[in-house]
Amino acid sequence: MGLPPNPNKGPNLSLSAKIDPDLTGLGFGGKRKPFLTLRGFMSSETPLLTPLFEEHTALGAKMVDFAGWKMPVEYEGLRAEHLHVREVVGLFDVSHMGEIRLRGPKALESLEWLTSNWAGKLEPGQAQYSLLTNAAGGVVDDLIVYCMEKGADYLLCVNASNKDKDLLWIMDHHKGCEVIDESAQWGQIAVQGPKALTLLERLFSSEIRSLPSFHFAPFQFQGAEVLVARTGYTGESGVEIFVPSEYTPALWRELMSRGEDLPLKPIGLGARDTLRTEMKYPLYGNELTDLTNPYSAGLGWVIKPDKKDFMGRAQMLEAKEQGLKQKLVGFKMLDRGIARHSYSLFSFDNQEIGRVTSGTPSPCLNENIGIGYVDVAFSEVGTEFFVDIRGRRIRAQVVKTPFVTPKGA
Amino acid sequence: MSNFHIPEEYYYTKDHEWAQVDENIVTVGITEYAQDAMGEIVYVDLPEEGHKVTQGEGFGAIESVKTASDLYAPVSGTVIEVNAALNENPGLLNDDPMNEGWLLRIEMDSEKELANLMRAPDYKKLIK
Repeated sequence: MGLPPNPNKGPNLSLSAKIDPDLTGLGFGGKRKPFLTLRGFMSSETPLLTPLFEEHTALGAKMVDFAGWKMPVEYEGLRAEHLHVREVVGLFDVSHMGEIRLRGPKALESLEWLTSNWAGKLEPGQAQYSLLTNAAGGVVDDLIVYCMEKGADYLLCVNASNKDKDLLWIMDHHKGCEVIDESAQWGQIAVQGPKALTLLERLFSSEIRSLPSFHFAPFQFQGAEVLVARTGYTGESGVEIFVPSEYTPALWRELMSRGEDLPLKPIGLGARDTLRTEMKYPLYGNELTDLTNPYSAGLGWVIKPDKKDFMGRAQMLEAKEQGLKQKLVGFKMLDRGIARHSYSLFSFDNQEIGRVTSGTPSPCLNENIGIGYVDVAFSEVGTEFFVDIRGRRIRAQVVKTPFVTPKGA
Repeated sequence: MSNFHIPEEYYYTKDHEWAQVDENIVTVGITEYAQDAMGEIVYVDLPEEGHKVTQGEGFGAIESVKTASDLYAPVSGTVIEVNAALNENPGLLNDDPMNEGWLLRIEMDSEKELANLMRAPDYKKLIK
């Protein structure tokens, strides 16, 4: 059977982006700093280990190579883990995510130029989903911007698969700020699920509950400062915690032990992917690429052309004004079959009308769901088309998204 | 990791199918290594009886929650039986891939093709 040929990609999770420097206009010959190592970039390299590698091994996780890292794909099983996050609470090692700091008097100016959302409105303690855009109006990466000090200090949380690309891109295009790769200094743990805040109250304080969505605050853990952010990638209530690498195992173990009665369970990357798919949250490399117009991806809400100029603004708007050809939709399979990344979509009269970007059985719905770009004429809820699954045409229908509405979020 | 059951008497493909030969009838399945790599299998896409298969070519697919994997025929021949239990219970492939989770039986065209397959010691090396 055709198990995944590329070990760096893991079991076809499609979580990692294929990076083609020629597509991006990255200018590798340009201002690349000699001290930069392209860690995680080359598939031939030994995978990196997060500070929690030994915890995963001890918990019996199945480990896979993902975006240059050795990561847990599942512990007891993807479906059980997925449902546990929706019903109780789960713990995720997301230490592979990259952290890039922009600092100095021109940090905000740089950020406004580099990203599509309006960073200027962020106050300290606020966070924002945003896009790093390229000159063609495409997407270099999607990220969360954390405002540490208004105007002068921002922490960017970026995709592991894109971290080196982002860093080079930012170094080439910033407006004169300090650009620091802090990825090795930070571990990151996500706690997600209806009981996440119950657990966090035990470790930190009840203040956690009053922290609104997309806000963050520093808390003390064993003498270290950790940043607890009300963000996540599952649609559930919960947090993502930035913790210094050397404290990451202690925090993981403390969370595991204090959450035992809930019960708290560790969750692998496999369920992380199906959870985000049920929410139709984009994944870079699937829904987003260097060539994606973010308006097509339904991300108009993070593009603020009225507030500022930014990289690729004109090109993005021009494409929008000319009329978007395709839109990202959610669909469910009407007949038996699972749509997978890169499968083709056809109209009933046999015209190719789009591509699948992600697809999976939905553990919550017990239906097979998918996300894909389709010609605008096929993007209305209720529209039917075929997914080409290994040469067979299987019916699917556009549905409202998110596919699932979490109760506790 | 490598506590996988790899019977000496079976043949193996580099794509992680096994073939058990009983005269000219070949029973085909996937290995324990393969099911472990797939995770929870949710759907099996198999040909019908009477279908012709060719050694090394795709004859179906297995889907887990996270991935779809094509199946390749270990020998050429005609499908004479398909494991119907897998339709109702694809999890058999996780629980018992070497026995109850067999996929299909093929009436083999030529025994000579068996020479293209691996025996247990080589397969063990492959997955090490």
